[in-house]
Amino acid sequence: MKNINLHAIGPVAALVVLILVGVGLNENFLSYANITNVLARSAFIGIIAVGMTFVITAGGLDLSVGSMAAFVAGVMIIAMNYLVPTMGAGMGTVLVGMLVALATGLFGGAVNGLLITRARIEAFIVTLGTMGIYRSLITWLADGGTLSLDSGVREAYRPVYYDGILGITWPIIVFAVVAILGEIAMRHTAFGRHCAAIGSNEQVARYSAVDVIRVKTMTYVLLGILVGVATIMYVPRLGSASASTGVLWELEAIASVIIGGTMLKGGFGRVWGTVVGVLILGLIGNLLNLTDLVSPYLNGAIQGIIIILAVVLQREGKAER
Amino acid sequence: MIRLALKGVRRSFGPVEVLHGVDLELHEGEVHALIGENGAGKSTTMKILSGYLNPTVGEVLVDGKPVTFGASSEAEDAGIIMIHQEFNLASQLTVEQNIFLGREKRKGMFLDHKTMREETLALLKRLHCKARPDAKVRDISVPDRQMVEIAKALSRNARVLIMDEPTAVLTDRETEVLFEQVERLKAEGVAILYTSHKLGEVRRLADRITVLRDGTQVHSATRGMTEDQMATAMVGRDVSDLYPPKLPCGDQVVLEADVTVPGHVKQAKLTLRKGEVLGLAGLVGAGRTELMEGIAGLRDRTGTVRVNGTEIRANDPKAAMAAGLAYLTEDRKECGLLLNFPLRENLTLLALDKFSKGLIDGKAEEAALTKAISEFDIRVPHRKVRAGNLSGGNQQKLLLAKTMLANPKIVVIDEPTRGIDIGTKQQIYQFIQKLAAEGLSVVVISSELPEVIGLCDRVIVMHAGHVAGEVSGTDVNEQTIVRLAMGLEEAA
Repeated sequence: MKNINLHAIGPVAALVVLILVGVGLNENFLSYANITNVLARSAFIGIIAVGMTFVITAGGLDLSVGSMAAFVAGVMIIAMNYLVPTMGAGMGTVLVGMLVALATGLFGGAVNGLLITRARIEAFIVTLGTMGIYRSLITWLADGGTLSLDSGVREAYRPVYYDGILGITWPIIVFAVVAILGEIAMRHTAFGRHCAAIGSNEQVARYSAVDVIRVKTMTYVLLGILVGVATIMYVPRLGSASASTGVLWELEAIASVIIGGTMLKGGFGRVWGTVVGVLILGLIGNLLNLTDLVSPYLNGAIQGIIIILAVVLQREGKAER
Repeated sequence: MIRLALKGVRRSFGPVEVLHGVDLELHEGEVHALIGENGAGKSTTMKILSGYLNPTVGEVLVDGKPVTFGASSEAEDAGIIMIHQEFNLASQLTVEQNIFLGREKRKGMFLDHKTMREETLALLKRLHCKARPDAKVRDISVPDRQMVEIAKALSRNARVLIMDEPTAVLTDRETEVLFEQVERLKAEGVAILYTSHKLGEVRRLADRITVLRDGTQVHSATRGMTEDQMATAMVGRDVSDLYPPKLPCGDQVVLEADVTVPGHVKQAKLTLRKGEVLGLAGLVGAGRTELMEGIAGLRDRTGTVRVNGTEIRANDPKAAMAAGLAYLTEDRKECGLLLNFPLRENLTLLALDKFSKGLIDGKAEEAALTKAISEFDIRVPHRKVRAGNLSGGNQQKLLLAKTMLANPKIVVIDEPTRGIDIGTKQQIYQFIQKLAAEGLSVVVISSELPEVIGLCDRVIVMHAGHVAGEVSGTDVNEQTIVRLAMGLEEAA
């Protein structure tokens, strides 16, 4: 039992150590401004990673989320710019844009899910394919450059990233809400239980009258919708989309899920762990920027080491049981 | 000459001691049978013999010298080879590749395909196995896989062979082939440890018998134990009345099927009445499982299935379940239970809808588990234990509990007592009769004829993908069923 607990608190312990190191290196680390900055920047990956937790728990994988986010951002911007002449540059246009983003994300997720479940193609192959397709589509839509949001709409949309309530900005609030709902869905609903059952052994799930195809498809649809949500929070930050939007987001999201203790081969997932994983990755990048101990250019290398370390620690925890 | 021996072996897992001092000797050219109920410590004993586990206390002796195996490969190097019940074959590799896995023959840098093919053919011929050397293991039948395992052991010059229920998945004819091989290996001087729940086999084959009960060695003897004596020693009580009395059933038809399962079953007709225990007999591969899986929506089928007069859609396990038809798989480990999940999640998976109105009611789940543990007599060290750590008998009880939680009206039980000890068997037989007495209908698919005959009033016999005949009343006897199952006669 001790070992199981150790396994469970591993990521939390790592996060605490990271925060202590950060405080030791830079007194501004725990400042209000810095913390909200890290959280806001982590929110996009975080929202996507919550969805990814369900996909991975059910034994799947989605490599396309980064490109999909870029594509959703592009479609959303084009839609809003198109509406400016008729609807004006107000909140109405922004709301329609948000709906377009959610619908595009849902559609993208459904395409992935149906190709994987109905056409029975490996998740890795399908999403590797759609990853390339979306990346190419956004490059084409932006004609190799940048798609910019109409400046009037940008003004109306701006508060969604920069404002908030009680000094907490909207991206952080949305991330928190998504995480809490995700945690409840994973642990306390039939959907979450079915995801874990399918990831553990698809045959057993099928023989237990679980609608395997529907549940698996739903994980990708859910992830697609959350990509839409993340994009909605992301677009007002820069007000543009280009071929370099969302690059490597999929790897950061997958890494967060794995660091958080969800098993890559499926069968066990925890959303709170994913949140901890997101924070760990976010804080490392932040710490490297704040201190000159290690070059920020080595951020990727340090993240890589953390990912490998996390998996090694998990494996040892398992072997001892 | 003693090849391999255990001396005062005890083994603990954490604070729990599961073996309380076992002495065992495997002699050259002898078959030593190890029998006991599930959970009696047979598996642990075998794992210690074959180097997968070390004893906590006591010694393992090879040729009289104490050894400590660091891994099962070290035991293999000493000529001690275990054939696992679940097989240790790479399903994507061919028969030949499996036989030589890890010890491939080489000619210089390259593989010596010619020699390996010749040796494989010779081994398969020796075992009367018809599998082709270049067939992938996943494409060959279960009995053939067993033969491949034995071929693999033979190619490794086994001096000690440990066989974990080798006949559990074999038909009578295949069992005969296996016995010939065992006799031949004996004559060559191999020491064999043999476990089986089929006591008739043990009586026939064993030169020595060791009986384990709850981790303690309760009996050791050379030849000459009767089956009754063995059963009594295993269970610690008399088990003469294995089957509860049969009950009459009503006339109301609850299930009507006329089904074709492509590639497996041609136009099989079947009816089931309320309160009936119907047997489905036949050889392995006759299409019994496929027929019932087709009816339960787990497999592609054409034709019609009616439950209480309402037609059930094909390929929809949920619809079958909703109509009250539950299928309990023969493959507990791959289709029945989530081995790395605890009891609670396994128990409620099929009937999860009952526990969730939006959110899952954890308290209700716990209550259901408490009820299931007492009602089905599931013996567990603690409630958080994973299903994979339960003995076969307890897994089967958990699977029964899981199925019954969905309140089915018709229960199909495929091989209800495969790999299960005699004490638990008796409990399961009583449970099946209890279901029938409560007005449920049960279909029992079984390869064990005494079981079918002991439980069922009416038996449908399948042969090569079709219904060869139906027997009832006094015709439910071994001779009639076997003739039908072998395709020797077609009943009117």
